[in-house]
Amino acid sequence: MRKYLILAFTLVAGMAAAADIETSGFLDARYGQALQNTPDVDSETLKEVRLQLGAVWYQDLSTLTLRSDFLYDDVVTTHDEIDLEIGEGPVDLREANILFTPVPWADVKLGRQILTWGTGDLLFINDLFAKDWKSFFSGRDEEYLKAPSDALFVSLFPSWATIDVAYMPRFDADRYIDGERFSYWNGTEVTGDPLQTERPDTWFSDDELSIRVYRTVAGWELAGYLYDGFWKSPQGFDPDSGKNTFPELTVYGASARGALAGGIVHVEAGYYDSRENPDGDLPFLPDSQYRFLTGYEQEIATNLNGAAQYYLEHTSHAEETRHVLTLRLTQRLMNQTLNLGLFTYWSPSDEDGYLRPSAVYKLTDAWRLEARGNIFFGKTNDTFFGQFEDSSNVSLAVRTSF
Amino acid sequence: MKYWSIAILALTALHSAAQDVNEIVAKANQASYYAGEDGQADVHMVITDAGGGTREREFRILRKNTGEGTQKFYVYFKEPADVRRQVFMVHKRVKQGENDDRWLFLPALNLVKPIAPGDKRTSFVGSDFVYEDVSGRALWEDTHELLEETDTQYVIKNVPKNPESVEFSEYTVWIDKETFLPVKAEYLNKEGKMYRRVEALKIETIDGFPTVMESKVTDLLRNTHTVNTFSTITYNIGLNERLFTERFLRRPPREATR
Repeated sequence: MRKYLILAFTLVAGMAAAADIETSGFLDARYGQALQNTPDVDSETLKEVRLQLGAVWYQDLSTLTLRSDFLYDDVVTTHDEIDLEIGEGPVDLREANILFTPVPWADVKLGRQILTWGTGDLLFINDLFAKDWKSFFSGRDEEYLKAPSDALFVSLFPSWATIDVAYMPRFDADRYIDGERFSYWNGTEVTGDPLQTERPDTWFSDDELSIRVYRTVAGWELAGYLYDGFWKSPQGFDPDSGKNTFPELTVYGASARGALAGGIVHVEAGYYDSRENPDGDLPFLPDSQYRFLTGYEQEIATNLNGAAQYYLEHTSHAEETRHVLTLRLTQRLMNQTLNLGLFTYWSPSDEDGYLRPSAVYKLTDAWRLEARGNIFFGKTNDTFFGQFEDSSNVSLAVRTSF
Repeated sequence: MKYWSIAILALTALHSAAQDVNEIVAKANQASYYAGEDGQADVHMVITDAGGGTREREFRILRKNTGEGTQKFYVYFKEPADVRRQVFMVHKRVKQGENDDRWLFLPALNLVKPIAPGDKRTSFVGSDFVYEDVSGRALWEDTHELLEETDTQYVIKNVPKNPESVEFSEYTVWIDKETFLPVKAEYLNKEGKMYRRVEALKIETIDGFPTVMESKVTDLLRNTHTVNTFSTITYNIGLNERLFTERFLRRPPREATR
C-alpha cells in the first residue's frame, strides 16, 4: 500500500513540476447503514475513507491523465490485495491514459479511461462500458457508477459524421452484485453467498468492441451503435462447473436527442443478440432482447428541473416485457449551495422500484456534506430491485476537494 | 451636386446629434458582447454573502461570433476544485422563440450532457450574476426609452415586453457615449423598489476594443455582491468554430487550458 502511495505522489509531484499541469483531488469519508437488520449480514453497507489524486498534463501534442483513488474500506476486508479489475482493495485506478491527435481528423486515447455515451439517464442501452453497481447501490458519488475500462479509443472526424471506436483487448465486466455488500436472488432465494463466476479473460480473444457513429442534423443529435462482446453481468450459468458465465453478446442500436417544446427529448433503442442462444431455448443462457427508452427533461421552475423516462425490455422468445418508469427531480436552493435530488425507478410490470433521494450541501468551496438513500422495494424477491429490498440503506458523507 | 452633398452632410450631423434610442442600445450591445470576431478572457469571481463569507470561481471563456447575432461560448472551469475541468458550452441564439443550446461536460464521468433550456434570470454558478448578464439579453425583449443625455452618458430606461418572463419591472442603463459600454444598470422589482445594481468598475482598451476589466453585481435586498475581475483578454485570436463541438468538450483545446 505504502509503496503505491509513494509512487503515485512521486508521479504527481514530478508532473506538477512541469508546466501546464492541472492537479486535483479530494478526501472523502462515507458511512452507510442498512435500514433493516438481516441475520448474518453486516448492517454497515459503507464505511470508508477515500483519497483521490489526479493530474492532467497538457502538452502541445498530447495530454496525459492520471487519476487514482486510495481507499481504506472497513466493510470489505477480504481484499487486501490490489485488484484493479474489480476495484476493490486499497487502490482503484480511475484513469491512466494518453490522448493525442495523430492527424487533424482523429483523436486517440490509450489506456485506462472512463467511457460514456448514449442518451439515457441512469438507464443504459448502447452504453455497454463497465458499470459499478455496488458503488451505485451503496451511496458512493454518482461518478462511481462508471467503472474504468482499459481501452484504445479512437475518434474519427470526417466531414459527414463523428466515428468513435473503443477497443477493449480484454473483457471488462461490470462490478456487479456478487453477494459482497449486497445479497442477490440466486434463482431460489436471496443469498449473500459469493457468486462463483467464470470470466472470459484471455487478452485479444475475449475482447470487446464498441462503435458509435453520430452527427447532428437540424439540431437533432443522431447516433448509431454497435457492440460486440459479452453480457456485462454473469447472466449465464454453466451446470457442469456450477458457475455463472458471461455469454457472448452483440448489440445493435440507435438514438436521437434534441430540443422540443422548451425541453430536451431523447429516444434510444437496441437489439441485444444473445449469440449463444439464437433460438432462445437454452435454459441456462440469456435470451435475446429488444430494449427501448424515451425521456424528456425540462426546467419546471427556476432552479427546479424535472425529467421522466420510459424504458421497455422485451425478451424475444419468452415474450416477456419489463416496463420501467423513471423520474428525476433536482432542486437547487440557497444560492445553489444546497442541492436536493430524487431519482426513482418504478416498474409496473415487475412491481418493484428503487428510490435515490439525496441532499448535498456545499459548506464552502472546498467542503461539502452529503446524505443519500438507496431504497429498494418489490412485491417479490426475484425481481431486479425486489431482490435488494433488505439492502436498502442510508449514508452520510463529508468531502473536501483540493 | 454641391447642394446635395451639403444636404446629406446636414442630415448625417442631425442624425448623430440625436441618436435613435434603438441605435444606442444596439451599439451598446455590440460593444458589450460582440467585440472583435472572437475573444478570450480569464474570469476571477468573488461571491460575498450577507455575512461577509466568500466563495470564488475561476474560469476561462472563449467566444466566437457566428453571424446574425449568434455566438458560441466555451467556459472552462478551473476553480473551485470540485468543478475543475468541467466545461459549459453555449450556442447562443437571439431570434424570438429560439432557445440557446447548452451543454455541460463532466470529466469524472466523461459525460457530455445537454442542459434543458432554462430561465436566463437564474444565478450563474451560484453568484449574483445571472446567465443573461454573461451572454447578453436580446434587444427585442424590452422597449427602450432615452431618459436623458448628458455630456458623457445616455440614460436609457428598459421595460420588458413580457413582464411575466422576468423578476424585474424595469431597469435603467447608463451608457458611456465614447465607448458605448454600459457603466451602470439599476433594476426595479415588481414593487418598484431598486433591488439590483450592475456596475462596470474598471474599463481599459485592449486590442482597440474598450473592455470591462472589473464588474460588480449587488443584490440590495439580500445584501450580497459578486465581483468579476477579467484578465488575459485578447481579441481576434482566430478561434476555430470546431472548438465549440463535442470533440473539444471531451478534450479541452489548448486555447482553454493554456
